[in-house]
Amino acid sequence: MNEPITSDAAPPRLELQGITKQFPGVLANDRVTFAVKPGEIHALLGENGAGKSTLVKMIYGIMAPDSGAMRFDGEVMENTSPRAARRRGIGMVFQHFSLFEALSVLENIALGLDEKLSHQRLEARIREVLDQYGLTLDPHRIVSTLSVGERQRIEIVRALLLNPRLLIMDEPTSVLTPQEVEALFEVLRQLAAEGCSILYISHKLDEIKALCQTATILRGGQVVGECDPRQETKRSMAEKMIGAGLRDVDKDRNRSFGEPRLVVKGLSTRAEDEFGVAITDIGFTVRAGEFFGVAGVAGNGQNALVEALSGEVAGTSAEAIMLNGEPIGLLSPSARRRAGLCTVPEERNGHAAISDFTLSDNTVLTARDRMHLAGGGLLRPAAARDYAARVIGEFSVKALGPGAVAGALSGGNLQKFIMGREILQRPDVLVVSQPTWGVDAGAAAAIHRALVELAAAGSAVVLISQDLDELLALSDTLAVINLGRLSDPRPVSEFSIEEIGLLMGGVHGDPEATREMTEVLHAHQA
Amino acid sequence: MSIELTIAIIITLVGASTPILFAALGELVVEKSGVLNLGVEGMMLTGAVVGFAVTFETGSPWLGVVAAAFAGAAASMIFAVVTLTLSANQVATGLALTIFGTGFSALFGKAYTGKPLALFRSVFPPELATHPYLKVIFGYSPLVYFSFIMVVAVWWLLRRTRPGLILRAVGENDLSAHSIGYPVIAVRYAAVAFGGAMAGIGGACFPLVLTPQWVEGLTAGRGWIALALVVFAAWRPYRLLAGAYLFGLVGTMELYAKAAGGPFRILPSELWASMPYLATILVLVLISIRRNSNTSAPACLGKPFVPTS
Amino acid sequence: MLIKLEKRPTPSRRMLYITPVLAVIVTMALGAIIFSLIGFDGLRAVREIFLTPLLNPLKWQDLAVKASPLIIIAVGLSIGYRGNVWNIGAEGQYVLGGLAATGVALWTHQMSGPWILPLMGLAGILGGMAWAVIPAFLRTRYKVNEILTTLMLTYVSVYLLNFLVFGPWKSPTSFGQPQTVRFSADQSLPDIIPGTIVHGGTLVAVVVAVLAWFVMSRTIFGYQVKTVGTAPAAARYGGFSGNRTIWLVLMTSAGLAGLAGMLEVSGPYGRMVPQFPVNYGFTAIIVAFLGRLHPIGIVFAGLVLSIVVVGGEVAQTTIGLPFPAVGIFQSMMLFFLLASDVLVRYRVRRVNTSPPAAPAPARTEAAPDAGAAS
Repeated sequence: MNEPITSDAAPPRLELQGITKQFPGVLANDRVTFAVKPGEIHALLGENGAGKSTLVKMIYGIMAPDSGAMRFDGEVMENTSPRAARRRGIGMVFQHFSLFEALSVLENIALGLDEKLSHQRLEARIREVLDQYGLTLDPHRIVSTLSVGERQRIEIVRALLLNPRLLIMDEPTSVLTPQEVEALFEVLRQLAAEGCSILYISHKLDEIKALCQTATILRGGQVVGECDPRQETKRSMAEKMIGAGLRDVDKDRNRSFGEPRLVVKGLSTRAEDEFGVAITDIGFTVRAGEFFGVAGVAGNGQNALVEALSGEVAGTSAEAIMLNGEPIGLLSPSARRRAGLCTVPEERNGHAAISDFTLSDNTVLTARDRMHLAGGGLLRPAAARDYAARVIGEFSVKALGPGAVAGALSGGNLQKFIMGREILQRPDVLVVSQPTWGVDAGAAAAIHRALVELAAAGSAVVLISQDLDELLALSDTLAVINLGRLSDPRPVSEFSIEEIGLLMGGVHGDPEATREMTEVLHAHQA
Repeated sequence: MSIELTIAIIITLVGASTPILFAALGELVVEKSGVLNLGVEGMMLTGAVVGFAVTFETGSPWLGVVAAAFAGAAASMIFAVVTLTLSANQVATGLALTIFGTGFSALFGKAYTGKPLALFRSVFPPELATHPYLKVIFGYSPLVYFSFIMVVAVWWLLRRTRPGLILRAVGENDLSAHSIGYPVIAVRYAAVAFGGAMAGIGGACFPLVLTPQWVEGLTAGRGWIALALVVFAAWRPYRLLAGAYLFGLVGTMELYAKAAGGPFRILPSELWASMPYLATILVLVLISIRRNSNTSAPACLGKPFVPTS
Repeated sequence: MLIKLEKRPTPSRRMLYITPVLAVIVTMALGAIIFSLIGFDGLRAVREIFLTPLLNPLKWQDLAVKASPLIIIAVGLSIGYRGNVWNIGAEGQYVLGGLAATGVALWTHQMSGPWILPLMGLAGILGGMAWAVIPAFLRTRYKVNEILTTLMLTYVSVYLLNFLVFGPWKSPTSFGQPQTVRFSADQSLPDIIPGTIVHGGTLVAVVVAVLAWFVMSRTIFGYQVKTVGTAPAAARYGGFSGNRTIWLVLMTSAGLAGLAGMLEVSGPYGRMVPQFPVNYGFTAIIVAFLGRLHPIGIVFAGLVLSIVVVGGEVAQTTIGLPFPAVGIFQSMMLFFLLASDVLVRYRVRRVNTSPPAAPAPARTEAAPDAGAAS
């Protein structure tokens, strides 16, 4: 019943030919070519950074390709604006919703429509669509009071009101519960049956197998394969998606660990604001030489955990965090650093580094005490320059030198610099969050190697990541963070993969599928 | 208190509140679009001097008010070009606009010092406008009624119209508004111009409604109080109305104290004169305590919109 | 052909230095045109305002006297602005500094000794700080915007000044004039260049600027202020307390404004009068920006602004240009400087608008950062 309504005579609903898009330092899309048939649910599959979002932004007219051609129902598209795209019947549901928090659902939808309707007429039409697809949503609620799933429904309703001929869904399930995912799939199947094409962007293989008729696989901005996911195994698709040679981490699996470096017990924080996530009663121990991994879906308290450990959020009990046997739970970030605990937060710009400052000045931010870049209240600019030069050299940071402004570096290079700045301080404990997020493969491998060396030298590493692949490759011990609570940590080898999947919020739905996926990943490490 | 005195006090109160109400209504719209224009005081002074000059030269206060609105809007365009097109710091540019307005009005007003002006009086028949009791309803300058109309109009614009919805969206999330396809910068230009026109009219109230002569720096910080009032009103027009009248009350308190007699009479007049400023601080504190870091402020307030970065 | 702005990877240092000069030159040019249009001798006005004070050696001492408070206040403000703390009530803190020093002077009027002047200096600094305690407390405790509170207190300070000089502090021998008694020799700043009106305040201004330059470029405090001002999250991560920084910079800027008030009242004025507030606190804001928030730049900017003030007085007597014209020149300078900032961050490129080749040209305004490519 989900077969596409199509005939060979009809031109593809969407056809891309040789689409190329270059950003400073990154070739985001490299001669991408594929076609979507009418009524087809077409997957665009790829890892983070493969160029999926850039591609769909061009289809939706938010940006223009450097070269290549796009056709819609056989007609050449020269989309210069989302408005033009909508007029053609292209709807899009963004990964990061473009919603207005302080406005109501109705107002948000009205803003997304180009035709002018009275609020009464619009509300009636919204209710029609909601009924038709069995969705629930109160048009008068203020968006800031809604759950993530409800917010996504606004975007979907907004797109459906346009009677789209092509609906683009960018990572729609990353924030949804399994029930919400199933409901969403029902809507999408119904839409496809009515003749609307769907371009479904994801890196979740089981979802794609369950939903899509065709999949185009992207890696490093290039199309590396096209297949019918129903005919493929997840392993074969994953191999194409991930590629080989990325996970060259050399880690002795049988080494022993030293004394406990970091002992966390009963660590809790309060939520900063109504949207923030607090952490509750977190406990774990990391020994010298050990990698402690924290898995979890974004927004489950990872940032709160990093900031509680770094001291950016004040603690309430000294004993909640013990470093080398000393209580540090009430110390300032600087004092914790002097005691031997360094951290790297997830956000590079404006948190881990100051874009307007030079690299030399950026070393002073966290390394001034341990590396003697300042003393007696005075800065020692020469020492800071030397240290920055050392970081640049040892971590092969592509920069003009210590005097280069941090903001001028590419994301990957800045991340290497930040990691280098912390690692070269030889901290006893290093807490890193998303160390390779948005970083190219080469830089990611370099960062992984440096972390492994640090641990081999006797430091303890806490690795907080959403990249299950990275976690499984590096961690010795693993726990999952969910709604601010941490599961019981266990050696990664003992961990049943079903458990990880379930603990992460059951997002992957089928534990069997998760296990299979993980096996694939392990196969690549071998 | 006699009824005559009460009426006199109400009339003074309305006069003192109207200029703040105009300026604050304009700034409310500006801030709703995500722009913080600290130049209200400068635009009021610009409007005041142009309103005076045009009224004096033409004899028509109506023309004076229109000219004041244009002058305020013109002054606000300097701010708009520097902050919106060239994305300069809004705080510093707003300050520059206030310094400009202060200098411009003093320079331009020099020629009008000591020259008398007819007040912009009520247009109702004298039987109503000067009736000992009914004047409390009919005895005001047309500007006063206009200020009430503008409260409703601004509310209606923001809450009930599509342009108002777009304006709020731009102030709430400029990047999203841009990605949907709304012209963020153009919307902000329009809002800033409206704010300038309203501040100009508010400034013109001083010579046309309050004291019919030119005095240098006659707004005496009312533009800044209007800015505080927008925060106080949590960006809502009706609360702004209440707030403006509250401040009018504080500003004319000395009169009531003197009229009522009693112990307050002995307070130095400098203290009474300081009241509006002290009250502003007090109000800001109360608002911040109650609301925990201005959650109702437009999310993009004061941040330059630079889609290229 | 079209003009297109292109973001520079690194802000241009050259433009950072050139643009203030450019702003002054454009102000002179446009000022001449505008003032000609409204019926003055525009060229003459610009010459009198910008050149006469420089060319006439008799005016030099005047420049030094007027530049000193501007520099002292602006240096303090610039430290605040670097830390993203917007104290615009320096005028009020200046008045309070003057009042506190006057209080000490009145109290010690029958005494003598070299300790009195330093005590007045201390009182001036503390007086200025006291006036910023309220904004600092409200900002750090309740997140009340310091722009409005510091400014409101400026109005209050003027009424406080009036209350004192018209009331309790009025000199019994002033024949009803609202002013205090004249300060004694021990309460007055010594002249540092004999035979001129150049007083110790000028020396203080130079010392303050050099000291501030050292503090901002060479100490952890300076680093802390800049970090809190540009990236609050990074500052917390680096171990710098935002609230402590707000207190420190507000106290520094207010203390310096208070010191300037003390220097003025014990120098040029020699007594407290209602005409004491002359907008130094507001003019210093322009000085701070024109000096690029850099202490040494501020010394030059302070001189430029004092030239305009002195020149404004000259133009008033020679060509009858009303003094408020000075405010217009000052604000024009600030507008042009802020507008020219775009040249620091962007490169202006000419682009050819010959019809583009087959694919549509990239829309520059929608180009995202590479990090968004996923």
